Amino acid sequence: MKIFISFVRKEFHHIIRDKRTMLILLGMPIVQILLFGFAITTEVNNVNVVVLDHSKDDITRKIKERIAASDYFNIIGEVDNQENINSVLLKGDANLVIAFSNDFASNLKKGGDASIQLIADGTEPNQASMEVNYISGILNSVVSEGSNNIDKITIIPQVKMLYNPQLKSAYNFVPGVMGMILMLICAMMTSIAIVREREIGTMEILLVSPLKPIIIIISKMIPYCVLSILNLISILLLSVYVLDVPIAGNIFLLFSVSLIFIILALSLGLLISTLVDTQMAAMLASGMGLMMPVIILSGLMFPIESMPKILQYISAIIPARWYIEAIKKIMIQGVEFQYVIKEIFILSIMTISLILVSLKKFKTKLN
Amino acid sequence: MIRFLLEKEFKQIFRNKFIPKMLIMMPLMIMFVLPWAANQEVKDIRLGVVNYDNREISNRLIDKITSSDYFILVDDYLSAREANDAVERGDIDMILEIPNNFEKEMIRSHNVKVMIATNSVNGTKGVLGTSYLSSIINDYSNDITINHGIIAGKSNINLSVKYLFNVLMDYKVFMIPALIVMLLTMLSGFLPALNIVSEKEVGTIEQINVSPINRLTFVLSKLIPYWVIGIVIMSVCLIVAALVYNLLPAGNVFTIYLFSILYILVVSGLGIVLSNYSDTMQQAMFVMFFFVMILMLMSGLYTPISGMPDWARYITIVNPLKYYIEVMRSVYLKGSTFFDLIPQFYALVVFALFFNCWAVISYKKRN
Amino acid sequence: MNDEDIVIHTDKLRKQFGNFVAVEDISFDVKKGEIFGFLGANGAGKTTAMRMLCGLSYPTSGIATVAGFDVSKHQEEVKKNIGYMSQKFSLYDDLKVWENIRLFGGIYGMKSAKIKTKTDEILNELGLENERNKFVGELPLGWKQKLSFSISIFHEPKVVFLDEPTGGVDPVTRRHFWELIYKAVSRGITIFVTTHYMDEAEYCNRVSIMVDGKIKALDSPSNLKQEFGASSMEQVFFRLAREAERKGD
Repeated sequence: MKIFISFVRKEFHHIIRDKRTMLILLGMPIVQILLFGFAITTEVNNVNVVVLDHSKDDITRKIKERIAASDYFNIIGEVDNQENINSVLLKGDANLVIAFSNDFASNLKKGGDASIQLIADGTEPNQASMEVNYISGILNSVVSEGSNNIDKITIIPQVKMLYNPQLKSAYNFVPGVMGMILMLICAMMTSIAIVREREIGTMEILLVSPLKPIIIIISKMIPYCVLSILNLISILLLSVYVLDVPIAGNIFLLFSVSLIFIILALSLGLLISTLVDTQMAAMLASGMGLMMPVIILSGLMFPIESMPKILQYISAIIPARWYIEAIKKIMIQGVEFQYVIKEIFILSIMTISLILVSLKKFKTKLN
Repeated sequence: MIRFLLEKEFKQIFRNKFIPKMLIMMPLMIMFVLPWAANQEVKDIRLGVVNYDNREISNRLIDKITSSDYFILVDDYLSAREANDAVERGDIDMILEIPNNFEKEMIRSHNVKVMIATNSVNGTKGVLGTSYLSSIINDYSNDITINHGIIAGKSNINLSVKYLFNVLMDYKVFMIPALIVMLLTMLSGFLPALNIVSEKEVGTIEQINVSPINRLTFVLSKLIPYWVIGIVIMSVCLIVAALVYNLLPAGNVFTIYLFSILYILVVSGLGIVLSNYSDTMQQAMFVMFFFVMILMLMSGLYTPISGMPDWARYITIVNPLKYYIEVMRSVYLKGSTFFDLIPQFYALVVFALFFNCWAVISYKKRN
Repeated sequence: MNDEDIVIHTDKLRKQFGNFVAVEDISFDVKKGEIFGFLGANGAGKTTAMRMLCGLSYPTSGIATVAGFDVSKHQEEVKKNIGYMSQKFSLYDDLKVWENIRLFGGIYGMKSAKIKTKTDEILNELGLENERNKFVGELPLGWKQKLSFSISIFHEPKVVFLDEPTGGVDPVTRRHFWELIYKAVSRGITIFVTTHYMDEAEYCNRVSIMVDGKIKALDSPSNLKQEFGASSMEQVFFRLAREAERKGD
């Protein structure tokens, strides 16, 4: 036991000595959480709008005022003819043009042709749809205030946004960042650390010591495990106190699931280390083979449901996907244990099989 | 002299165990997997219905909703509670609840309510799903109004919407030009930097340092192969975009090449700067991972810059990726000409000068 | 002694990192065609001194000229006239034998045709004709070192710096290696060599021994032995190194 502890201590020294890497390992989650929390948002904000209005009457003025008053839009100017609309959008000065028909108000009162044309820059389809959606909401409210037509049948949808009423992007990103950071530190770092020791040749010295090889490996993993738990805590603290993303569910459940995932990632790191011989290869293998799929296919950035079926199947074998899903449910939706049984079950099966495979590979590698 | 060095670099690149695989895998991922995965398109929303009314009008509404492309009816639930459970389990994304007496109330007062509850952990999906559902409901109420001979007539605005540049609102069209940016950044910026660091780590760079080769020749011999590879692979990607996705630049392809060459100068300068400050591959990898993360997230690649808070938008001003992505998207989708893109051109020229000067200054042949 | 015969000249050459004086005011001359042994324990400062002479490191103060050029002002001229080989690295493992030769020939501005004929000569001399198309990484260490020595003098430099060139190889190979060195000397190339092996120190014309950044002794091996009343260079070295305050790393 004493030897084991001194081994663990030695590993800690190794990690702490490389200041730059330490700084990045501890700083990366913080920077990412802050970026994802504040800067990266799919919300519609500050959209520049240009208006074409020959009518210039009460109603168009009212509509323009409402649009300018909303957080979503800035009216940056007017154009006076149809031809200029295209060039405004082409230059990218504005993303949306609102064109009122002539004599808008009087036509509206007469029931004639009061039309509005929205010309949107559709480059980013979701943004465009949301912009149009918000504008038509504003138009409807202005018009319905002006009319008292009770004959018309209206079905009023009462909308309730569950779990994320303010529609903050952070709610979606925080669990993803947790999954990515844990994967990065546990799998990538451990695999590189083990391979480096082998590359330098010091592994041989360790292996002839009285400790069992597996104990040596475990002592290598413990510092990274501690480091990732530290990161986990800092991510949670930041998201609760800085991003105002509450932990809606049970925090013990959250930590237990994270622990399963950490063990999974560590054994994945061990597995990679047995498959490659050089640090460079370990880095590329974990970079291309782990980080890319985690970033792309785990639901961290892109919704899995929108992917083609084949990619959905592939994403099912990516552990981070199940972890992120479980964390979303526990942390954001605040569900009980019974609703994440599926995710926990899948993660446990993956963990057990990875441990078995990596141990087997590790043993054959030793011989 | 440089001829011999170039010969060496090309041989080393193609003999390396990983680099050639990466040179093939990376474009494949970026052109064939990412456009499908990086899809924020909101469709096939899983809807659960609780219909307490269960009469003709409400059933027809549900038929109308499920016949649209956006929604899949997963199940009918007997109670709101049951439906809520389904959301917690993750079986459905949205609940439409039609109250008892829906039909009666509609006939009586022409004004009825329905409830929509949306899982909005993913804000974009929440907003768009809700707005699609609302607009179907709205259409339906107009249908009934007309069918029942109640003339809405008065106070109706005729709203028409036109999307420019990405007429089919295809998310892939939006992503592909920007993904090429990512590819060039990795190929021409970071690979040569890693290469230089690895010579440093192995020590072979000393042998070069005691020779009469000047620093510019050496750095150029490292960069040129990756410039060539970058341009070749980019050309392949442009062809793939045309053949597979039927995506041709609306603007001039020479504009794309001009900016790409300029951009390559920018990122390779940045790469050299990074390599000058790192001593080991591990360090270099982490620093790069860190920077790539920030540069990509702050570039408007996935999320709009307009949605960011002011401080974040100021940061994007010093992000070269942002300008090149703007260029690629404008040329591809809007057909912008060189003259439309002069601000971006100047910005990239400044970056190229800045990073390359910094690279030359920080490159030390001796200390 | 004629000035033209002096290939390396240092006068109070000093290198300081903060408060730590790695090399303290060393002065010596090396003559043309001489084998100059540069000894010292780990951390004595010999690598730092050598790096200054090769133009890899700026002197803090003092003067050093190599092949007639000042190392702090004309290091690019210096580099044209020197060869360099170290035990740690030298050649590219992922290039073939002939490709390594071609690369370094090219770096020193030789023409392709000349490189070709000289490559044949070298491979012939080393008996490596059959290994021409092998990757350097596949060669045994001893062959690698002989090859990298031949490459370091491929462009006929005035002086070649050898940094522990025979580390880790067996005595027989070391013997062969020194035969190559003598051949180079006979062509007029000056040898500046650091080594850990005291028997090798006996092969040198003159030897300097560095302790704690200073040169403590400089003479021919036989004179040194006489001066210290020792029977071998090994004893001379230990007697001097015992006084060292710095610990090796």
